[in-house]
Parts: sequence; C-alpha cells; structure tokens
Amino acid sequence: MIWNSWANFFAMGGRGFYVWGSYGVSAVLIVAEVWLLARRRKTSLQRLYRLQQLEKD
Amino acid sequence: MNIFRYSSPQTFYPLAGRMAPWFGVAAALCALAGLYLAFFAAPTDAVQGEVYRIIFIHVPAAWMSMFIYVVMAFWSAIGLGLGTRLSFYMTQALAPTGALFCFIALWTGALWGRPTWGAYWVWDARLTSQLLLQFLYFGFIGLTRSIEDPRRADRAGAIIALVGVVNVPIIYFSVKWWNTLHQGASVSMTKAPSMATTMLLGMLILAFAAWFYSLAVTLSRVRSIILERERHTDWAQSEIAEKGAAL
Repeated sequence: MIWNSWANFFAMGGRGFYVWGSYGVSAVLIVAEVWLLARRRKTSLQRLYRLQQLEKD
Repeated sequence: MNIFRYSSPQTFYPLAGRMAPWFGVAAALCALAGLYLAFFAAPTDAVQGEVYRIIFIHVPAAWMSMFIYVVMAFWSAIGLGLGTRLSFYMTQALAPTGALFCFIALWTGALWGRPTWGAYWVWDARLTSQLLLQFLYFGFIGLTRSIEDPRRADRAGAIIALVGVVNVPIIYFSVKWWNTLHQGASVSMTKAPSMATTMLLGMLILAFAAWFYSLAVTLSRVRSIILERERHTDWAQSEIAEKGAAL
C-alpha cells in the first residue's frame, strides 16, 4: 500500500488540485455524455412517435 | 455469415442495440481495474512525484481522440466511395465522443503542464496540433448540423473528416519532427518500455476502457441517428410505433 492515510491519498503529494482536477472534470464529462445520449434517445423517439401519430390522422 | 448484411441500417440497428450494453460493461470493468492500478498499485514517480498519475487518463484520451478521427475518415471514405448511408451515420455518431476525448486530453494536459512546465499552455507543436484536432471535431459537428439537407451534410462532413485526417500523423509525430516541450511517445513498439510495468499496464487497461466506452456510446448514438434518418421506412415506422408507445 502506497498511501498511509486517506488524507495522504487526497493530497496527492501536494498536487491534489491538478490530479483531481483532471480526473474530476473527465468523470463529469463522461457522465454528462451518457446522460445526454439517454436523453437524446428519449426525445427523438418522442418526436418521431408524435410525427407518426400526426401522419396517421 | 455475410458481414455485408450488417451494412444496411435496418440490420445494423438491432445488432448495435444488442452490442452496446456489453461494451458498456466491459468499459466499466476495465475502468475499475485500470483506476485501481493507477491509484493503488502504480508507484510514485521518482522525478514527478504523484502528479504523473494524470498520465493514466491523459494518454488514453489522447490516443482515443486521434484514433476516432481516423475511424471517421475511414467511414467517410467508404461512404463517399460506395454511397452507404450507414457509413455517414457512423461518422456522425463518432464525432461527439472524439471531441470529448480530445477535450479531456487538452484539459488534463494543461493541468499536468502547470506543475511540471510552469505553464497551462504553450504553443508547442504537439499542443497546437491537438488543439487543431479539437477545432476539426467542432467544425465537423457544426457543419453537419447546420446543413439542412442531410445528404449534403453527410458529404460535407465526410470531406472535413478526410481533409482533417492529415493532422493526425502531424500530432503523432510532432514530438519527433519538432523540438517540443511535450515529451516523446510514452509507448514505443521498438524500444524497451521506459515505464514501470504497473504504470504501463494501468495505462493500457484504461486505454481499453476508452475503446469499449467509445464503442458503447457510438453504437447507442448511431441507433438514434438511424431511427431519425430512416423514419420513412416500414421497419423504422414499426420500431417507432412500438418504442414510442411504451414511453
């Protein structure tokens, strides 16, 4: 084990801002992409379904 | 089995839907294993201390950003040459994920540059050509979305992808061709590895995570694109009727 404590782990040898800034922003962007993708699927299905209902009438 | 069967949007749509979750699971497992190695197994770097741990995300993201652009150029060439609609849909499904990885590479690079070089940004050949890649991605997305006629948008996007792909070898070899502040290639096929085995392994597993993730999100995205573009066909109409009613 290379870290003696969680505090040590989060400090990253005094470079915590840079390390966690990198990982944090990357994680947020990836989660955002997955969320946007799920939302896109739903909204486009809704729109296409409404169009279909309109065309039926 | 005839693989060309899957070049039709109708047959590819359900196949993509079946594959995407598995790639998602593989990506999550690789990410967990890779992050464990990155933070708990890989030793502290003798020169850089702990800040070097940015490499585990920086290098896989940079590789992925270049690779996705090459794949986009490949599908564009196929699309322009053979007129296959699915090729253009794939190109458009890949672009946002490529842009995302390109941004992550630039962002993590800036946060790594500040403590090691003393600057978030320098106009170095590697950094500048990677920034150009980001603009190529944004240009591709902007152009394909702004052209009304989808078939013209397909062609215009394919041309950007094919012209811009020239930039990818420039990024890759920039650290050799010019005297850059950015260090040389992290992994070489011809030289003995310069990194500790756990560091290299962690980086490679996270690179696999990036691959699987890209496959999963691209396949999911291409399904929405297929449904939108093929909405007038009978099979798409019945899919829309079935899935739309369930919402």
